[in-house]
Amino acid sequence: MSVILEMLSYPFLVRALVVGVLVSLCASLLGTSLVLKRYSMIGDGLSHVGFAALAIAYPLGFSPLYISIPICVIAAFFLLQLKDSAKIKGDAATALMCSGALAVGVMVISLTTGMNTDVCNYMFGSILAMSRSDLYISVVLSIAVLILYVMFFHRLFAVTFDEAFAEATGTNVRLYNMVIAILTAVTVVLGMRMMGTLLISNLIVFPALTAMRVTKKFKTTVILSAGIALFCFFAGLIFSYLHSVPTGACIVVTNIIAFILFWSVEKWKEERTVQ
Amino acid sequence: MNLLQCEHVSFSYEGKPAVTDVSFDVQEGDYLAIVGENGAGKSTLIRGLLRMKKPSAGNVLYGDGLQQNEIGYLPQQTQVQRDFPASVMEVVLSGCLNRLGRHVFFTRGQKAEAEKNIEMLGISSLKDRCYRELSGGQQQRVLLARALCATRKLLLLDEPVTGLDPLVAANMYQMIRDLRKKQGITIIMVSHDVGGAVREASHILHIANRQKFFGTSSDYRKDPIGMGFLKGGME
Repeated sequence: MSVILEMLSYPFLVRALVVGVLVSLCASLLGTSLVLKRYSMIGDGLSHVGFAALAIAYPLGFSPLYISIPICVIAAFFLLQLKDSAKIKGDAATALMCSGALAVGVMVISLTTGMNTDVCNYMFGSILAMSRSDLYISVVLSIAVLILYVMFFHRLFAVTFDEAFAEATGTNVRLYNMVIAILTAVTVVLGMRMMGTLLISNLIVFPALTAMRVTKKFKTTVILSAGIALFCFFAGLIFSYLHSVPTGACIVVTNIIAFILFWSVEKWKEERTVQ
Repeated sequence: MNLLQCEHVSFSYEGKPAVTDVSFDVQEGDYLAIVGENGAGKSTLIRGLLRMKKPSAGNVLYGDGLQQNEIGYLPQQTQVQRDFPASVMEVVLSGCLNRLGRHVFFTRGQKAEAEKNIEMLGISSLKDRCYRELSGGQQQRVLLARALCATRKLLLLDEPVTGLDPLVAANMYQMIRDLRKKQGITIIMVSHDVGGAVREASHILHIANRQKFFGTSSDYRKDPIGMGFLKGGME
């Protein structure tokens, strides 16, 4: 408890906490749909694009969020289009985008500011990353993501569960796929600074997968995955603070532990029903 | 007036024709079975009837004031559904989506409608179960209940009995028959099971990338094409 109070006395940690809570919520809610729609890798692809955008924004003196959000939204749009037309399949396109964007980002950084600890922070996340203006944008955008998600909840469920049925009965499937992509892009960019480019997709994939071990309803899956995401975020952040380890890595490790726990519960339940 | 009419309709994928020159009509209360071999273009035609695919030639016309969001659809099961955590109620309720309009959540009336359809198909006891844990026949009933939430007029069924064992399949056919008789719902069904199709349906459309036969089931039985295909199907 005293550790938490001590942490709250640092403004940068309070900022990290606020943004982290909101981004974890957004990511875990969207993650359920993304995992079930087989779009798990989209977060990874988008975060690398976001990295390239950050790398370009810095030397030009722009605020990185203003640049990377639109670029990521365009990239998300592009990835979903590819899945429809499919001359290059979605997974291949994501792989291309990941390595391509990372390469561009690294080149730009080397040519301008040079490889330094900042780059390490981009890659693996840092709790120091949140500035005051970042905080405001992050809070507004992530609350917008949460509201849109709740508003479209039933539609997103229908589009996730059975696209063909939704489309056949007159739901605009493309529109809602686009909504998912845009919300994901915004979430990825907001979470990237703290989690790190290489680790942000964990926030999207893990809580949903963990929750799916034990749940039987979509609604409970979404709520449980949000709960898991929040718990793992707090645990990770505290560990990161106490031992000066990059925040992103700590959150991923706590998520892995949670996953193993839930997975064991699932196995144990299965064994019991067999006997 | 016709509920649905196709006039010399063709569909193609990337310039390659899948089905060409199909003409038929469906009256209210009809039970049309679309039969043909694998790759004959049956599923493409269904997608076309649902207006998910634009015809490359001809017209698909809805009559009797039929709207796109008044059609119920039972698709073939997809891979995603097999590991999806969703309760039966959630799945059935998603069929009401096309009547959600500007609402954010489902209304009490829509929930009652879902409950009614669940009861009608005899799956009330499964209401809170997880969809992925049900047997194939139970899952089909759930999807049928969902399709009913979306329609009062026309149901399109894509291979409703494929993968079900004979007893469950017979049950499914019985249920479709009841829907038509008691609810007055028009049925269009795509099927591999020619024997079942001829036995159950009032009309048959036989396609093999183009139209081979359209008419009543009893005429189909006497038609050389029908006789040939039925014999093949029996073996």
